[in-house]
Amino acid sequence: MSELLRPAADWELKSLITQCGEQNRPVEVVGSGTKRAIGHPVDASAMITTASLRGITLYEPTELVMSARAGTPLSQIEVELASRGQMLPFEPLDFSAALASPGGQATIGGVFATNNSGARRISVGSARDHLIGMRGVNGRAEQFKSGGRVMKNVTGYDVARALTGSWGTLAIMTEVTFKVAPLPDDIATIVYSGLPEDLAVELLSLAMGTPYEVSGTVHLTSGHAARIGTAPLAGQKTSLTALRIENFMKSVRYRKSRLIDALKAYGRPVELDLEASLSFWGELRRMAFTPHSDAILWRISTSPRKAADLVATLRRHMPVEATYDWSGGLVWLEIPDCADAGAADIRRAVAIAGGHATLIRANESVRREVDVFQPQAPGLEKLSRGLKLAFDPQGLLNPGRMYQTM
Amino acid sequence: MTSIELPHPDADIVDRRDAIVKDLTAIVGARAIISDVDGRRAYETDAFTAYKRLPLAVILPETTEVVAAVLGYCHQNGIKVVPRGAGTSLCGGALPAEDAIVVGVSRMNKVIEIDTSARTARVQTGITNLAISAAVGPNGFFYAPDPSSQLACTLAGNIAMNSGGAHCLKYGVTTNNILGVKLVMMDGSIVDIGGDHLDAEGYDLLALVVGSEGQLGVVTEATVRILPQAEGARPMLIGFESTAKASICVSRIIASGIVPVAIEFMDRPAIEVCEAFAKAGYPLDVEALLIVEVEGSEEEIGDRLAYIAGLAEELGPTSLIISADDAQSARIWKGRKSAFGAIGRKADYLCMDGTIPLSQLTHVLEEIGNICSRYGLGVANVFHAGDGNLHPLVMYDANDLRQAERAEQAGADILRLCVSVGGCLTGEHGVGIEKRDLMRVQFSDVDLAQQMRIKTLFDPAWLLNPAKVFPLDGRPQPIRAGPPVAVTPVAAE
Repeated sequence: MSELLRPAADWELKSLITQCGEQNRPVEVVGSGTKRAIGHPVDASAMITTASLRGITLYEPTELVMSARAGTPLSQIEVELASRGQMLPFEPLDFSAALASPGGQATIGGVFATNNSGARRISVGSARDHLIGMRGVNGRAEQFKSGGRVMKNVTGYDVARALTGSWGTLAIMTEVTFKVAPLPDDIATIVYSGLPEDLAVELLSLAMGTPYEVSGTVHLTSGHAARIGTAPLAGQKTSLTALRIENFMKSVRYRKSRLIDALKAYGRPVELDLEASLSFWGELRRMAFTPHSDAILWRISTSPRKAADLVATLRRHMPVEATYDWSGGLVWLEIPDCADAGAADIRRAVAIAGGHATLIRANESVRREVDVFQPQAPGLEKLSRGLKLAFDPQGLLNPGRMYQTM
Repeated sequence: MTSIELPHPDADIVDRRDAIVKDLTAIVGARAIISDVDGRRAYETDAFTAYKRLPLAVILPETTEVVAAVLGYCHQNGIKVVPRGAGTSLCGGALPAEDAIVVGVSRMNKVIEIDTSARTARVQTGITNLAISAAVGPNGFFYAPDPSSQLACTLAGNIAMNSGGAHCLKYGVTTNNILGVKLVMMDGSIVDIGGDHLDAEGYDLLALVVGSEGQLGVVTEATVRILPQAEGARPMLIGFESTAKASICVSRIIASGIVPVAIEFMDRPAIEVCEAFAKAGYPLDVEALLIVEVEGSEEEIGDRLAYIAGLAEELGPTSLIISADDAQSARIWKGRKSAFGAIGRKADYLCMDGTIPLSQLTHVLEEIGNICSRYGLGVANVFHAGDGNLHPLVMYDANDLRQAERAEQAGADILRLCVSVGGCLTGEHGVGIEKRDLMRVQFSDVDLAQQMRIKTLFDPAWLLNPAKVFPLDGRPQPIRAGPPVAVTPVAAE
């Protein structure tokens, strides 16, 4: 069991990292560890958690901005926002069911460190788009800041945003400042059944090209759809293709009917009201379509235009269930357990289609052998390696988590 | 004005000018190089016109490969490079130097591919901002960031400065709308970052490139997000007897759950000048004017504007005008977008660009007035209120050197004020040379050192867009490249 370090202040974290540097002792960095099973296993004799760096430090509902210390539970932030009729617009995913990690414990720092964004990303942008400032400590044990608390800020390089999605390998964020948004007045969902993947992605893309501000675009193949429990979709044996509209009540009514009309070639959809919509998109947010099992889970980011073909290619090699989000641009691909987690076939298909693939769920021995993040072209790899050195020259923070030799 | 220090040109490079021009001509061909004095004069400054420097030569490449060859040559020979879009920078971001080559991307202005199903467009970055929207417009799409200079400014410049615009309250700024770039590094290598998918792989290098003011590389191609045009859009004008009331109104609109596409603010001096110039129909009996625009169907627009009008009426506005038709809407926006030009006809001005938390607006506007009157200068305010991005225009007479100096001092005081209330030095114009020496007001030396290590990673010899962004003192020692290598031509005559 590794030693657990729980700094409660920035200066305490700084002194811990200083010691690690002096002893040349790498550390694993976590929030509450809900996504610890993603990435290469980190070999370190100590673990630093931000869990004791807690609390909302600024909330200005009239400016749509909030600051919180990194270890603040996401649940606390969402409760506080909801009390003022606001939300985190990018809808971060809850990985606990998919990874069998403890539920409801994700921290806001972890959300940004992994650039964790859900279905609404398609219309409002990702976690990285909402981060406007941070404080933290880098691998040189230096306390630094970037950005601030205002939405428009081009003063100096955008270091804060560059830290999103760096999985704790560059710096440990101690406080994050981000944009929030009003909760919608009303939500409706329209769901089409039985569409094949290529037609479904076509429909989702078409919907995104309308002016009705569709804020959720997802397609589940029949195996994934069968795991959805929201009435009236529960027990379906066919694929599901769903579109979400959020707005003021009158607008939702109007836009829904216009959308159904524009998409009538694809059949007659089932309509979900506010409550059923909350339930359905809640299930997607909790990744109910892929509960923890031996099955391998990949996350593939590609152009919507290529997505269905890419999955069809893979299906020739292996049994596949898939959930397409972001109008097809994000594919959650589930395949049976196998020696290399399907990496060789998947990497080849992604290389042809463009984009990248990340191994999200596989047992530890596979994650030691297989590249978890997309291997990079030489030019990019050189920059990534240089960036790591610019923040963490001794390689103290989460060594090897993203790339085995960094 | 002379208060901003510019480094002495490297005499060795200046002395070798003829040989360098000869080498570069061999690489790019005579059509792509400007070396005569009159030709170079057109590139001696940008929209921050108080500073002028004649560049060593100007290269206008037509392909990424030529850009790469030029940068590779300059890297090997220790020659500085100033990348340039359309030269509309308000902070001296494209100011050349006597010992530097200007590499302008203006001839690389083609649309490469439009994909309406994935809602992306791949373009060369010399294309103007507005030309992207024009190219995708017939398909019912547009490119969202809309800086006031959008008719002239290039995407390359927008990427360098992470440009915003009036409508970024809803649609975000440049960094939120770029999916991929082709980046020519200073050593002449070409790196593709991101692509046509929504999240780039690995570390978020795009976040670093966008807003790096041309100091990390030259972006020659980019994939941008395009968005479907709204069914319609319409602004309303709300005038108040005080800026305090106007700022409360902005807060109430945002707190109510409506996020309009734009909330613009003008004070009395700005209103008067814009109205005289554009005949926009602005009320002249108000101290503060808001332009609030919403989008949607006709009915949705009507509902939303009526709701906002209701919120405003609780504050007793002096004037409340809902645009009746497209022609009126166009006039209203013409007034706002021509503000800088209109004020420029009346006086020389320095346009500041600090951003502040909205809750500080009334206090900050009052203080800006105090600062300017302390220096004996006039000021007009016209800015994006929805996101707190101020644009105080400090007016002065450029022929009066002492006045010009006072204007710079007033501007610096205003920016210190913005930082002291929790804001920043620049919201969308960039640091350039203008705000370079104020960076320590916002950042510690540790913060700056972290940023400068990133600069060194991309450009170890610090040749790209020198003398910008970071204070001149405290920079790391440049790491020079190896000995010069032979010239290889890439462009046929």
